[in-house]
Amino acid sequence: MAAKFLDHQESIKPGTSGLDITVAGLTKYLGGKVLYENFDLQIASGKITCIFGPNGCGKSTLLNMIAGLLPPDAGELRFGGLLRSQVQIGYVFQNYRDALFPWLRAKDNIEYPLLSAGLSRIQRRLRVEELAQQFNVGFDLSRYPYELSGGQQQLVSIMRALATRPNILFLDEPFSALDYEATLAIRDKLQDVFAATGVTIVMISHDLEEAVYLADHILLLTKRPTRLAERVVFEASRPRTLETLSAPEFVRIKAHSLDVFRREAS
Amino acid sequence: MMQRATPKTTRILSFLEGNTGTILLILIWWVVTALQLIDQVLLPTPVDTFLALWAGIFQGDLLRDFWLTLYRSLYAFIIAAILGIPIGILLGANERLYRSFEFLIDFFRSTPATAMFPLFLVVFGIGDFSKVAVAAFAGGLVIFFNVAYGVMNTRKTRIMAAKVMGTPRWRIFFDVIFFETLPQTFIGLRTAISLTLVVIIVAEMFIGSTNGMGQRIIDEQQVFDMPGMYASIIATGVMGYGLNQLFLLTENKFIHWKGR
Repeated sequence: MAAKFLDHQESIKPGTSGLDITVAGLTKYLGGKVLYENFDLQIASGKITCIFGPNGCGKSTLLNMIAGLLPPDAGELRFGGLLRSQVQIGYVFQNYRDALFPWLRAKDNIEYPLLSAGLSRIQRRLRVEELAQQFNVGFDLSRYPYELSGGQQQLVSIMRALATRPNILFLDEPFSALDYEATLAIRDKLQDVFAATGVTIVMISHDLEEAVYLADHILLLTKRPTRLAERVVFEASRPRTLETLSAPEFVRIKAHSLDVFRREAS
Repeated sequence: MMQRATPKTTRILSFLEGNTGTILLILIWWVVTALQLIDQVLLPTPVDTFLALWAGIFQGDLLRDFWLTLYRSLYAFIIAAILGIPIGILLGANERLYRSFEFLIDFFRSTPATAMFPLFLVVFGIGDFSKVAVAAFAGGLVIFFNVAYGVMNTRKTRIMAAKVMGTPRWRIFFDVIFFETLPQTFIGLRTAISLTLVVIIVAEMFIGSTNGMGQRIIDEQQVFDMPGMYASIIATGVMGYGLNQLFLLTENKFIHWKGR
């Protein structure tokens, strides 16, 4: 089982096999009102894509549908040539408090998805150590989540989501419950992980500056019924740093995105 | 000159702080009886009461009644838990099923279990078990709806988190929903143990019993052995308090994440 799992991981190494996400003809009604109608979207693999849009346009709903947590009313979802059940997905929720298991220690939380994947105890422990090294974790992982700070808890959530070496990592407003210092730190760790693994990252953001700073592609959504207003591409080199934030190209892209958002949200 | 607080004096101070109410109550009791403000027959002195408690434990058969009542309460509680937890999980997990039973559940929750004594007497006879059964019924209901409520209010995010990892359904049930439900389950268990004790005491008083704390209290009242009656009431209170503390301790140990 374990060997099979690793083979499976080898065969669809993220970034290499091009598991682009294709959303075609997606329709979703919520509370009798149309949220998405015949909605099409492409998300490129091996890139960071940030989704930005007005309140209530269904960003989380979209992410949940792609992740297979919520059934669409109509439409098709594809991951390269594969179905949802054939790809590994990592998911980081906005509210780490509700998403981590408080009855398990931080390291057991991170190990948890590996249990269902059929890894042995030693393999699981090694993977946690590997992640701890990769993330340069400076706190005790044998503590319980409620004993950690918000930033540390969200970091544990991200490590848990990455434990199975997913093809795609989804993040739903991962920083909105964190203070600024923690946000900056985790943002950069996320960038490091991306550089090291090339995992496809799809993130919902409520902060346009953050979205542009992290993203290769920024998807700007309209108010409901939701359409894709524009796909903005930002090709600044990585790692992006504080200097990126004042680079002319960054400022231009951000201003343009804001214009589009203002036009489409009102 | 200021005196530095030694560990001993701080310990005494903190003991006083936590027990001021108790000490005050005993003091008032003592003053009232010393001044004979209340008829001695209705309210014996604290000293007489504690002497009666002492005599009951070491020369009388108070302990026998104490253990019998404790045994019946625990017996009823165990039956209540064995029935209440699985049914609670079953109905909590199927909201439709719960809806269809909701009226019945609310009805029996609101009916005092003691009103069903006669029914249980008819069904189970006048033996010991009818008392245990009616207490188990009352406790089982409390456990059942607390568990069901706990299952229904599981945080959806945790289940979604487990689901997106590819965790199989049965595993989500044991690894997530079960633990999510534990805090509420324990509230149910703690309420149920108090309730089974109440019902057992009342049952011992009024359904032909020859022993148990309930019967003992009634007997002592009949013969106006007031110090003995107060002693029995205090002993019963100690039992209830002890059971509650035992559950709180277990709860705090096992459900360390509660309320955090």
